[in-house]
Amino acid sequence: MPMLIDALIAALILAGAFFLLVGALGLAKLPDMMRRLHGPTKATTLGIGALLIASMIYFSVARGTFSIHELLITLFLFLTAPVSAHMLAKAHILRATQEREQLPPTGQPSGWATLDDRRSDGM
Amino acid sequence: MRARLLPHPLLTVLVALVFVFLMNEVTPGVVVLGLILGFAIPLLTAPFWPGRPRLKAPLTVAEFMLVVLWDIIVSNIEVAKLILFRRGDSLRTRYVTVPLDLEAPEAIALLAGTITMTPGTVSADLSADGKALLVHCLDTGDPAATVAAIKARYERRLKRIFE
Amino acid sequence: MIAAAITIAGGAICLAILLTLYRLAVGPDATDRVLALDTLVIETIALIVLGGIAFGIAMYFEAALLFAMVGFVTTVAFCKFLLRGNVIE
Repeated sequence: MPMLIDALIAALILAGAFFLLVGALGLAKLPDMMRRLHGPTKATTLGIGALLIASMIYFSVARGTFSIHELLITLFLFLTAPVSAHMLAKAHILRATQEREQLPPTGQPSGWATLDDRRSDGM
Repeated sequence: MRARLLPHPLLTVLVALVFVFLMNEVTPGVVVLGLILGFAIPLLTAPFWPGRPRLKAPLTVAEFMLVVLWDIIVSNIEVAKLILFRRGDSLRTRYVTVPLDLEAPEAIALLAGTITMTPGTVSADLSADGKALLVHCLDTGDPAATVAAIKARYERRLKRIFE
Repeated sequence: MIAAAITIAGGAICLAILLTLYRLAVGPDATDRVLALDTLVIETIALIVLGGIAFGIAMYFEAALLFAMVGFVTTVAFCKFLLRGNVIE
């Protein structure tokens, strides 16, 4: 296997692990829930993405078997990470009653969907 | 006729692509089976998909995806720097309100997802009438500039794509 | 070179899992714990993928894909429960 591709795979694996570690560090270190939300949702998706691309190159080049289904996991995680982050933020807004005064006004006649009793059928 | 046989042309392509990816090989048999599935599944599930968003500017889609991918990489490095080198309570976090010009629900969902994936921002909630987005910033000195950047970078392109 | 990278990455991911477990144990709110569980799922996927590279078994990706899907549904169900008090209405 060419040296260059070897180095590329190793670099991608290390970058992926680094971002995962940073995401977990943010989760453990930051002081409140909304701040903690930033670490895992961002850092982990790129971390997983780098790891999966490394594995894609590894199986395609090093072992000679064509491999693309890793792309599917990457895509799936990129689609679902914002959704779960949004749901967690909504749950936090509903539960943290002392933080409600900090929310800025909507600038519209109605309030924020999570807190607005009039239309609470949404997600 | 075409609309009845192929209710969602993009979904057909997507199902075929996902099937090929899952089988992990590009052979004629797999592609044909994927296309058959991509033809049958939208047809059978068409009653569950009443809305049919049209993509107005296909080239803008590619541009938008490239911009977002680039921003995801940049935002990851920025957030990593903030987490590693700053004390948690020295971050200037705050909520900002982004008024929306978009009306298509698909476009708003895409914008919310994009905001979550890009520099130091998480979309937290939508106003009950769907006309403003609550965004949480990890570290911002100038909230107005953040809102302007979101509107110029993502919303303008999404508006071109969907409306 | 790849073997060394896999060893270092494995150690880093294990450290990440320990940090996440700390947040899972400390809390303080239910949403923090759900976020920790979500992160734990992603770290598990990373470990599975890393194992796949280390042992050269492509079969591991089905496990990773299933984990990603189940993890997403679990997080949404937990959030739905926190938001509404039940999962299926």
